[in-house]
Amino acid sequence: MMLASHPAKRISFNRTIGDGDLVIVYERHDNMKAITVSEGSVLQNRFGVFKHSDWIGKPFGSKVISSKGGFVYLLAPTPELWTLVLSHRTQILYIADISFVIMYLEIDPGCLVLESGTGSGSLTTSLARAVAPIGHVYTFDFHEQRAASARDDFERTGLSSLISVGVRDIQGEGFPDEFIGLADSVFLDLPQPWLAIHSAAKMLKQDGTLCSFSPCVEQVQKSCDALQSCFTDIRTFEVLLRTYEVREEKMESIHGDSNGSNGSLPCKRRQCSDGNYVLSSHTSSVMARPCGEARGHTGYLTFARLKCSS
Amino acid sequence: MCSENKEASSRITWEGCSVLLDINDGDRLVFARLSPAAKLKIGNKNCSLKPLIGCPFGTVFQLDSSSDGPFLSPLQPKGNVNNTEEIKDGQLNGEVRDNRSLIDNNTAQSLTGEDIEDMRRQGAKGDEIIEALIANSATFEKKTSFSQEKYRLKKQKKYAPKVLMRRPVARSICEAYFKKYPLKIGFLRVDTLSLLLSMANVSSNSDILVVDMVGGLVTGAVAERLGGTGYVCNTYLGQAPYSMDIVRIFNLSDEICKRILRCSMSDLLSQKESQQQNLLNDESQSNDQMNVLGGIEEISHSSENAISDLGAENTTLPALRACKAAKAGEKASPEVVDSWKENGFSSLIIAAPDVDTWTLVKDLLPLLSNSAPFAIYHQYLQPLATCMHNLQLGKMAIGLQISEPWLREYQVLPSRTHPCMQMSAFGGYILSGTKICSS
Ligand SMILES: C[S@@+](CC[C@H](N)C(=O)[O-])C[C@H]1O[C@@H](n2cnc3c(N)ncnc32)[C@H](O)[C@@H]1O
Repeated sequence: MMLASHPAKRISFNRTIGDGDLVIVYERHDNMKAITVSEGSVLQNRFGVFKHSDWIGKPFGSKVISSKGGFVYLLAPTPELWTLVLSHRTQILYIADISFVIMYLEIDPGCLVLESGTGSGSLTTSLARAVAPIGHVYTFDFHEQRAASARDDFERTGLSSLISVGVRDIQGEGFPDEFIGLADSVFLDLPQPWLAIHSAAKMLKQDGTLCSFSPCVEQVQKSCDALQSCFTDIRTFEVLLRTYEVREEKMESIHGDSNGSNGSLPCKRRQCSDGNYVLSSHTSSVMARPCGEARGHTGYLTFARLKCSS
Repeated sequence: MCSENKEASSRITWEGCSVLLDINDGDRLVFARLSPAAKLKIGNKNCSLKPLIGCPFGTVFQLDSSSDGPFLSPLQPKGNVNNTEEIKDGQLNGEVRDNRSLIDNNTAQSLTGEDIEDMRRQGAKGDEIIEALIANSATFEKKTSFSQEKYRLKKQKKYAPKVLMRRPVARSICEAYFKKYPLKIGFLRVDTLSLLLSMANVSSNSDILVVDMVGGLVTGAVAERLGGTGYVCNTYLGQAPYSMDIVRIFNLSDEICKRILRCSMSDLLSQKESQQQNLLNDESQSNDQMNVLGGIEEISHSSENAISDLGAENTTLPALRACKAAKAGEKASPEVVDSWKENGFSSLIIAAPDVDTWTLVKDLLPLLSNSAPFAIYHQYLQPLATCMHNLQLGKMAIGLQISEPWLREYQVLPSRTHPCMQMSAFGGYILSGTKICSS
């Protein structure tokens, strides 16, 4: 269960891992895996063999040891962790875009949100968290198998009561008429989003919000064009994250000809080229620098708001 | 700040509701509470906010004049579409005009200020004045369609100001402050705020521990996401709670306001209260309560003028007294505090520019349940780097990461798409991670 449907079901000091629970097995920050605990099963990885039965009854956040003495951590699933472990059936949205979309669409508990395509359900999972406990996400993909896999995933993450997955060609047919005038927000991640914009406008409530995600600027151009007639406040953004690595490094520091030792730091005398001696010592400090590689582009996010017809 | 449930989620304004007024495309941003008596000064004209009551959010108003003086009336959406069409045509047909023969001097406009005042007295609308200005401009025809549009916009702002009425939600409130008064919110940019909420897994039915020294913006944003379930525990060092006056700007329902509680850090860190301590506490609580409430009133009072108009001009705003007694930010009862101590918080968000990050985290992290995520905002990198290093050494958390969000807006126009010329170069840093069981 990713979300607490009831206060008593949330993660707490007292809640422990049970048979059938979904856990995120953490090896390293760039190596995690989703596993459904099952009494008789084992997890085998480079650290050895882990028996699920050893996990049951331990709190989430525990470190567990393998037959060979290796270890992993067992974490409670969150939409952020899920995005890192889900199976990629399509390109997916990541945390920076996802967070911005939810805030900029002004989604909060109780909202009705329409989405297409579902893809791998990465965004859908966060949309569900945002509308819980009483809102709903209706998500559509024209690819039958993807829709079915997404449904399975939402079952597994315990979100199926908040999400309905429909199979439908949204570019061709638009969203179903039953949602006309009911949606607080619409999100599009489609190859030709401009074909769905007219339908999206019909679905939205007054002052409702729309977002379209597209990797290419030509798509953005066409979408913005299509938005002009019914939407206002049309804005396009790109959002990225730069991550930092933190290290404690020893560094030598040179003190001019000073009067001897420098606290408890290790010192040594060195002869300079001019024949004089200087004291050098090591100091260690914690330093941060940007990681060398980063995602340079994901997509453009175009937002708009349905014009008021007061 | 607090209002009936059905009203708070409404897309139509009501008397006593809080609104964000965006005057002339963000030139001025004003937070106001709607009442028949409320007045807003635009240019040199004072107009009543009464016509705004009962209108949908998203409505654009224009300033009209009548014999009774200036008044705001809803603008019918139309012009917009045509204007952009015009630009498009100019582009598609290939722009032929350029500005080689343009000489801008004061003689280009033959209408005088007096002429314009005359027109007004005869009841001319803002749009008509603009058309007259264009007709009497010797240079308008020679301008490129792009600069014609700019000219029209400039005149519109002056002679036909527009007021867009927005819903005051986390997004619009954060953007407004970031644009006009960023210091108050610790330079927390909207994308950074959105990341804090995700990284701390803010979701219904959770109890979120918050250190909010950014005016209540984080507290309000978390409460909005909780939607009247779970709790936001707004904690503070020392005796006096931190200001939460931004929370009043949100239209939070009573149900949501009740979920915002305050608790001092020393109360959270002390052992579970025994019966006897409870008695003692009850007494001091009632005193505290008075202080807290006193604090709120005072803050809202002194800050109301400063923040209500995030621009700089003067506004007359009704006192917030019209609204019901503030329910947000009451002191957490000993029972609730005990339940937090027993179950642990679901997550932690810190936005405390003035407190040492590591010492805060060292104390607060043990209050989180195991596997709980946390997100810490800071404008400077070093305190987060030190904190991250210490958490690693102490094996207190995993999945540690410092991220710096980057946000760029684009101008999208036919054949003229490019990143905007101005951007915010810095939105702060976030340290995020997940607490693990101590071994
Ligand atoms: C890039 S994926 C969406 C990824 C998703 N946003 C996520 O975060 O996991 C695009 C999806 O759109 C679907 N799609 C493409 N054209 C469609 C159409 N006309 N109607 C409905 N879905 C469509 C594809 O099958 C694909 O699964």
